[in-house]
Amino acid sequence: MSWETVIGLEIHVQLATKSKIFSGAATAYGADANTQACAVDLGLPGVLPVINEEAIRSAVKFGLAIDAQIAPHSVFARKNYFYPDLPKGYQISQFELPIVSGGTVEIQLQDGIKKTINVTRAHLEEDAGKSVHEGFGNLTGIDLNRAGTPLIEIVSEPEMCSAEEAVAYMKKIHTLVRYLEISDGNMQEGSFRCDANVSIRASGETSLGTRAEIKNINSFRFVEQAINHEVERQIDILEEGGKVVQETRLYDPDKNETRSMRSKEEANDYRYFPDPDLLPVELSRDEIDAIRTQLPELPDARRSRFIKELALSEYDSESLTANKEIADYFESALSAAGGEAKLCSNWVMGELSAALNRENKEISESPVSANMLGQLVLRIKDNTISNNIAKQVFEAMWNGEGDADGIIEARGLKQLTDSGEIEKLVDDVISDNPEQVEQFRNSPEEKRGKLIGFFVGQVMKKSRGKANPQQVNQLLSEKLNG
Amino acid sequence: MSIDSSEIEKIAWLARLSLNEDDIPASKADMSKILDLVEQMNTIDTGGIEPLAHPMDIRARLRADEVTETDQRAHFQKNAPATEDGHYLVPKVIE
Amino acid sequence: MFQHTIAELSQLLQSKSISSVALTRAYIERCESLDTELNCFITLTPELALQQAKAADDRIQSGTSEALTGIPIAHKDIFCSKNIKTSCGSKMLDNFVAPYDATVVERLANAGMVTLGKTNMDEFAMGSSNETSFYGPALNPWDKQRVPGGSSGGSASAVAARLVAGATGTDTGGSIRQPAAMCGITGLKPTYGRVSRYGMIAYASSLDQGGPLTQTAEDAAMLLSTMAGFDERDSTSVDRPVDNYNSELTNKLDGIKIGLPKEFFNQNLDSDIGDNINSAIKILKECGAVFKEIELPNSHLSIPAYYVVAPAECSSNLERYDGVRYGYRCEDPKDLADLYCRSRGESFGEEVKRRIMIGTYVLSSGYYDAYYLQAQKIRRLIRDDFQQAFNDVDIILGPTTPTTAFKLNENMDDPVSMYLSDIYTVSANLAGLPGISIPSGFSNGLPVGMQLMGNYFQESKLLNIAHQYQLQTDWHKQIPGEFKES
Repeated sequence: MSWETVIGLEIHVQLATKSKIFSGAATAYGADANTQACAVDLGLPGVLPVINEEAIRSAVKFGLAIDAQIAPHSVFARKNYFYPDLPKGYQISQFELPIVSGGTVEIQLQDGIKKTINVTRAHLEEDAGKSVHEGFGNLTGIDLNRAGTPLIEIVSEPEMCSAEEAVAYMKKIHTLVRYLEISDGNMQEGSFRCDANVSIRASGETSLGTRAEIKNINSFRFVEQAINHEVERQIDILEEGGKVVQETRLYDPDKNETRSMRSKEEANDYRYFPDPDLLPVELSRDEIDAIRTQLPELPDARRSRFIKELALSEYDSESLTANKEIADYFESALSAAGGEAKLCSNWVMGELSAALNRENKEISESPVSANMLGQLVLRIKDNTISNNIAKQVFEAMWNGEGDADGIIEARGLKQLTDSGEIEKLVDDVISDNPEQVEQFRNSPEEKRGKLIGFFVGQVMKKSRGKANPQQVNQLLSEKLNG
Repeated sequence: MSIDSSEIEKIAWLARLSLNEDDIPASKADMSKILDLVEQMNTIDTGGIEPLAHPMDIRARLRADEVTETDQRAHFQKNAPATEDGHYLVPKVIE
Repeated sequence: MFQHTIAELSQLLQSKSISSVALTRAYIERCESLDTELNCFITLTPELALQQAKAADDRIQSGTSEALTGIPIAHKDIFCSKNIKTSCGSKMLDNFVAPYDATVVERLANAGMVTLGKTNMDEFAMGSSNETSFYGPALNPWDKQRVPGGSSGGSASAVAARLVAGATGTDTGGSIRQPAAMCGITGLKPTYGRVSRYGMIAYASSLDQGGPLTQTAEDAAMLLSTMAGFDERDSTSVDRPVDNYNSELTNKLDGIKIGLPKEFFNQNLDSDIGDNINSAIKILKECGAVFKEIELPNSHLSIPAYYVVAPAECSSNLERYDGVRYGYRCEDPKDLADLYCRSRGESFGEEVKRRIMIGTYVLSSGYYDAYYLQAQKIRRLIRDDFQQAFNDVDIILGPTTPTTAFKLNENMDDPVSMYLSDIYTVSANLAGLPGISIPSGFSNGLPVGMQLMGNYFQESKLLNIAHQYQLQTDWHKQIPGEFKES
């Protein structure tokens, strides 16, 4: 029997507001335990929540970016359950009337195929605190700094059929929230995490199988591994004639397996009802339109522009726009170079990316600024240096030796373009290598192109890389063929 | 409206209230009596009536995104039954 | 001296006929000696009071005082007061020292008022007799065998016995007006959103509203002027200027239209109280008011709807009491579930548990629509009934309670009969309207209260009518014999 996988994702995105969603406490990551948990976050008797307008604006931005409906009237509700990291005994969330509903996200798969994933809804809610299990003996420590951090929970339709699609969707959402600058998207710090609902059904079946929910996965790689593992687990169960149990599971990346969480959690009845401490959030058409005007150019639009206006390939455009910082960097470099999109793209995706990867740095930490890289490209463009020499210059810039012009000057790397000088080098090489010249001249026309490479190499070596390769090529072929 | 013991136990668990076996009959009787009172609501037809969650139809006022709170951990934790190293302590949480 | 109203004390202080320190000392002594009989206070705060009195005297000397500066007051123990035990009448919070001030406490302190202490109340404001308090009931100074009403019973009893000149209270279903009626004083529940709920420990958030308990409407106007106003820390606080309540008190009542809901004058009403209200109506007619019968056809559903909405909200509001960050924690919890269940089970009283259970039930899956949503729909009907009525009349008048103060334990074994004592008061909470109870006479030696309800933000009109009535009567000046100064 062949099986079909059905995946829906619930992505939790921490919003990059300065203060919490319902209090004026800071949201900065990494503070000492409970030093950023104010009276409201602690759920002290008598305290009341007040909604942070930036959280609302962020959710609206996201909704507009995926072309969703923005509710003119949305309501915060209480989700009631007891847990030590949930100080009030309820989480303020949205239930019946979320701020964003509908909307679509387009993903592109490895084989170039595009697929549209429908978003069911995106609602605002507060994050919980953290339970610390190590260091308190047989007790658990509770840190409520994270409690009250604003989140949007983005719920997709169960429309993804593989781990690859799920990862592509998650990456796309990640790209979007970074473009919108509504989240730092930092997955190590838990700013971007997801729950995956996974089920299996016989191919061709239209109703959904029983799903398991894998909780709190915080990396793209783990999402892929967790889903693949879960799919295998469920297929094994079904093929042995068993039944999948609807439950919540945890992914353990160390063992690469999912395991069941306590079933008591399942017996919960959240008793959602409108939070009587908060009034409905009303947004007028004008207010929504005002937010719309503040949206930045989004990745899909930017990609199309790169293809159309910069004549970049679809592949290059997709790679460059997948990350806003990279795309921004690229465009700044391009402007400094005064054109040459393809060359800039090659440098950003090639040399620069490799160096960043090698040293595990973000593009924002690059020692070579976009302007510096642009200047370097400019020097290739105006034939001051060759592409090969440029790699040397790049390394030197990376190591902090200054900008391109300074390095070219200091190291004397300026390309040799004086045809007289180049001609002398060419002549020397020809006279130094009579055997090779003989071989060249005895070869048929179609093989000569390859053989000329040897002479080019010799000339370049003699010029210490500085001779203009085009000129060298031209002179050599004139002299050898002639 | 009568309510059975298992429902009483379920509700007590949802509300995290310890319940003695001996208290169940009285709790059942009280709950049933109150639910009888409450069910007078069903004597009228409310079809087409919008629920009213709040006495006044006004919209939420939003707060500017500013940090206004400072660290008061020591002050707040004076009320805490058990803390260590700035954390509130609870029996081991098993996930 | 203790018969003085807040308005009178204000004049004595401003004219420097008396100092706040002397006045405060006298009140502290009176409270310390007489409260052993009445149990009005959970906590007395003499040191804080004297400190505040001293500062008040300085303000009066330096000419920076306000009308309320230097006057002693007590706060219902539901209002958080910084560095003072704030128990909410519960064993759960018996060890809780509030780390911050409620907005109401802060506003009155900023006006220079002196805090004498925190008054007794039904646990978490759930009760109509003060008998659910962990600290035992406050007693009715008119008859110590009887309850003072609730949940603001300690505040009402203290004002009636003249242990304080005024006190704060909260009203979720009648908790200011009902004890005010039963103790023979004036109690005002403002429009929902008029007084900040920040720092006022929540019972049912969409119904709770703080207000003053005083001897007179004039005093209530003075306190409300300071208590009311927009507070950015409470999302349900209404951003609207506060009326000048005191300047409206002297308006004449000529032509004012008062509605009498026929549903409030039926067989449930004690006939003595009915007669009493009719006498009050006569006096108001003589003042120029015009009366008209009106209908509030869904008012019989207010108690059922209230006992869904209030428990639902309370079941959620009280989830924060889990023994983790503050409050009672059981001994040696064996695991997390045990910590929760026993900490809550051992420290909440019967009535609180009962309401949590009801509230949890009506919100649980399968019952939400039939109970909670139905109650919210009825809530709209009740509000619409009032809006309809206010098309015809300015004010609605009726009894505050169906009976006078009942005996201790009389209603304790039957929760439903206790709930019915709020039958005339809960509808104002469901609709969010302001209401006031003022003393209108006695029945068998026990005070009777008359209730006025107004449209949203019509506190001025309520206080105006109450004041005009009090100019014609002296029921509000009556002091229980035992507590008169010899």
